[in-house]
Amino acid sequence: MESVEGAARTLPSIGRLSRGPPFGRAQGRFGLSPSGRLLPPAPRSQENVDPQQTAFLLRKQWTLYSVTPLYRFSGARLRDYGRLLGAFIAAEKQKGLAVEVGVELDIKVAVSSLPDLRGSDQDQAAVLVQLSSRSSASRKNSEEKLLWSGWFCCVSGDDLSERVPEDFTCLPLFLANGAESYTSIVGSWFQKTFDCCFRRLAISPLNLSWMAAMWTGCKVDKTASALELVFSVPSLPQPLDILYAIHPEDAKDLWDTVQKTPGEITQEEVDVFMDCLYSHFHRHFKIRLSATKLVKVSTAIASAHCDGFIKFLQSQYLTGVLMLLTELAISQIQ
Amino acid sequence: SEKMQRRQSSKTPKQPLQGHHENQTDLSAWRKGGRIDPGKSVQNIQSPNDQKNDSKQDSLEQALSYFAKVQDRVSLKNNSVLQKHLTTVESIALQRGLPPEGFDVLLNVALSGKLADTVNTRLLKSLVPASVIPETSVISSVSWLCVSKCSGNIQLLFLRWLITVFDFIDRKEQLHALYGFFFSFLQDEKMCPYVCHLLYLLTRKESVKPFRIRRLLDLQAKMGMQSHLQALLSLYKLFCPELVTITLPGKMKTYFKSSEGPWKAAINTVRRRNQENSLVSQPLFLGTAQPQSRKRKWNTQLIIPASSTNKNNLEENREKNHVDLYSTSESFPVEQLQTFPQLLQNIHCLEFPSQMGSVLTNPLLLHYMNCIKDESVYLRLYYWMGQTLQEECTWCVADNNQYEEEFKDFLETVYKTECFLQEGFSSCEEFLYKSLPLWDGFCCRSQILKLVSWIPLSSSSEMKSHLYDPLAQLFFTSSLYFKCSVLETLKELLQNWLNWHMIHLDSEFESEVYSLNTTLSGLVNVVAELIHFVGWISTVALRLENNATFLLYFILDFYETVCDMYLRYNLPLLIMPPAGVFYPALLSMDSVSLNQLCYIMYRYRTNLVAAKENELSKKKTLQFKFSSQIYQEYNQYIIAMVGCLWTSRAFQKDIHPQGLRMDDELLKKTAVQEFRTSFNIVYHPAMMGYAVLFLQQAWPDDTTFDLSLIKRDKAMSNWYLEYLYAQGLKGLKVFIESSINRVSQAS
Repeated sequence: MESVEGAARTLPSIGRLSRGPPFGRAQGRFGLSPSGRLLPPAPRSQENVDPQQTAFLLRKQWTLYSVTPLYRFSGARLRDYGRLLGAFIAAEKQKGLAVEVGVELDIKVAVSSLPDLRGSDQDQAAVLVQLSSRSSASRKNSEEKLLWSGWFCCVSGDDLSERVPEDFTCLPLFLANGAESYTSIVGSWFQKTFDCCFRRLAISPLNLSWMAAMWTGCKVDKTASALELVFSVPSLPQPLDILYAIHPEDAKDLWDTVQKTPGEITQEEVDVFMDCLYSHFHRHFKIRLSATKLVKVSTAIASAHCDGFIKFLQSQYLTGVLMLLTELAISQIQ
Repeated sequence: SEKMQRRQSSKTPKQPLQGHHENQTDLSAWRKGGRIDPGKSVQNIQSPNDQKNDSKQDSLEQALSYFAKVQDRVSLKNNSVLQKHLTTVESIALQRGLPPEGFDVLLNVALSGKLADTVNTRLLKSLVPASVIPETSVISSVSWLCVSKCSGNIQLLFLRWLITVFDFIDRKEQLHALYGFFFSFLQDEKMCPYVCHLLYLLTRKESVKPFRIRRLLDLQAKMGMQSHLQALLSLYKLFCPELVTITLPGKMKTYFKSSEGPWKAAINTVRRRNQENSLVSQPLFLGTAQPQSRKRKWNTQLIIPASSTNKNNLEENREKNHVDLYSTSESFPVEQLQTFPQLLQNIHCLEFPSQMGSVLTNPLLLHYMNCIKDESVYLRLYYWMGQTLQEECTWCVADNNQYEEEFKDFLETVYKTECFLQEGFSSCEEFLYKSLPLWDGFCCRSQILKLVSWIPLSSSSEMKSHLYDPLAQLFFTSSLYFKCSVLETLKELLQNWLNWHMIHLDSEFESEVYSLNTTLSGLVNVVAELIHFVGWISTVALRLENNATFLLYFILDFYETVCDMYLRYNLPLLIMPPAGVFYPALLSMDSVSLNQLCYIMYRYRTNLVAAKENELSKKKTLQFKFSSQIYQEYNQYIIAMVGCLWTSRAFQKDIHPQGLRMDDELLKKTAVQEFRTSFNIVYHPAMMGYAVLFLQQAWPDDTTFDLSLIKRDKAMSNWYLEYLYAQGLKGLKVFIESSINRVSQAS
């Protein structure tokens, strides 16, 4: 059954005369941004996402990675994976810190599922990996200290998941918080076990400006914080950063005048929005921000850094932000 | 040591100002006791900083040669020479670190006891490596330690130094051989903690011996529970649990006192400064979203994973076994796969390694991969290779340029795999399309071009914008050598495509992969596009390079494949070279090019004749027929060639619009007598040399050099032709034998 399907999928299109992936030739193949995007669905109704369950993901800085599809990963075996990963970590720790030979390492590994974090039914449920320590002092209290956490997710990643064979699981976005040495160990284990590849996911200034525009347009209940843009001036001996903060309501008013079709954003609208902000800045400070590099965007929704860091601030927009990040991750692995 | 550190910190703020813009020390330029190659300093445009560097290098060399020769106890107080050299060594060591050659000299003098302990201490504290420490210098210092010429304090300082710089020692085999010597130092109470630490670093499984364990236990009985002894014992226990039966306390915070001493800070400073300096020389990267390399973070080195069994699957199988009795046939672990017969015996139960990337270095698995048709295998390889290529690309990712050699090796491995499998990887193809527009045509040149030759056939719109356009830009702006390399590459690309076509034409799953109606015409179009592209760049290149013979050779070499596509590769396509290639070859001053052209025209003729015959006999229902245009083009060229080589009528008969046709009036102005009979196989500039030599051999006494003698009668002509054939002009031979007689009969 499997092989039949595989064969059907790999029939080469015209002139496709090599064996290779039966996909990846669609538009946007070389990382070009689409000219338009649909807005993230209005905040998903609370029936689906329980804010309590995802609260721990908020207000933490996550380092972004893209991950190629996992080979022979099974969502039903998460407990086993936790056990195997725990053994792997213990072995790795012993190799690195030979001084602590013979000491039982008290790192507990939990691999679990976050079923709410997905965009459609086709998406694989997100997978959470947590490492926690039980120091000998707190063992009696069975108190655990979270050392590191990381999660794989896929929000509306149909672009990728529809094209890979059954054996593969698409969780193209990985987010990690904690010491990089743990990221390294966990990442290596996943790479070895599921034959996948992790790569840091940088966010281009173009995509940052998309985020600035998209998030400006989102409604937030409480008194929202300012839209903050950080620019860095290139080719200077000393780094020089420019922080540009805009009152959220002013930014929203500007965006409302720019955006034409509700629910959809085009590249042109994003450009106009940013150009307006730039020309305003130029009028006051005589500095052309278009000649600098946008490195960070912070809004009430989330904040994102070009080196591939993100902080989620609103649980209702969590999936919306993840959808955009999933798209970026997919474009990096195709 | 505290005093020392204070001194360092007072120095630090001053020195970065001096050292900041200095170039990185060229370690290869150090010569022990000698001068630096003068050529080197002449080549460099000397900035004041360079000069300062050079003078520092000089003074360090002087200091080293002083310490190499120093005799007996010299007092520091009254000796300004010693003071000067000592200060030089100290300041350079703390600023830039010492070159490998320095350690031998300085360790020898410091441990030999020739100088006062204050001097020895200062020397030892200056032993900050700039790169590595040669093992030999450490070995000789251990022998000084054994003869105890130096004081106990110096011995201790040396041991602490050795522990701190352990990782900088270039090799450790001989050092391991001295394990017993170090072990014997354990009896010295003062040295014991440091020796334990050193042994801890040196210990391997084979170092653990019962007598050593006994000795350690004796020491412990004598000195009480010492953390350093416990450390060593626990390591022994780890290696040989059956030999060490005592129980050791479970957890120990620190086994060893920090022996970092004065060196650690200096080593870090030196390393940081060297890194800074190398950053200065790095090119600035354009573009806004320059991905940062993850180098020096996790996942660092470019490593092709080793073949290992997929444990994940094993586990799964074991679970299944409880239920499914049929799947009990065990799979053959890839680690055990060593020989081809093993592969054949286990081919039914072989499983691919957990990381597909490892097949690149495993020919047996490549064989296996070649014979199974599992798409997931290719998909796994596709993802791994695609990500690795993008991540490691030295010109697409900032900070990667220092890893060019590593990347070259990787590209080479990928290329070899493609050759082995006789097919290109699509991940490679996509990588090339993404990276060629950014390529400078220089970095990893030969590897990149090799990979280009394995680009799989794909629809033509992609080829133009992703391959031909960037390649043409580089081609026109690069050297003659680069142009030739590109032509060679494109010839290989064409051959790979044609071979692919041949194999799949024969193979049984033809209908499956290759539905004739669409893909054969698709293939013909793509191949035609490549040939037209090469024709175009060749025409331009010949003008740019003044018809260089070397270039012409590579162009004609390409057409040697093109002219035979119908017969050799069964492809219903023939394309003549453009006039911009044909005429420069026909009028070449070089007999090699002319001979090559003759051979090519002969093969065109053979192919066209065969096509015509097939068409006439209608043995096959032909979907493809050569247009009359190709015959017309061929005939035009053949008229020009026969005119040039035989009838001397090229100027009159050539009918090609870009050809040689000239009015008689114009020819008269050249003042060449008998211009109607003066351009043929005798007078052709590529042939004239042969004609003269022929005349000399035929009439050794004749001095008139009347070349017209050769063409006077048929016997003479034939003799001349035989002479030419004997000179190795085989192309000319087959051309004349096939085309000339026929034309002359017809006319």
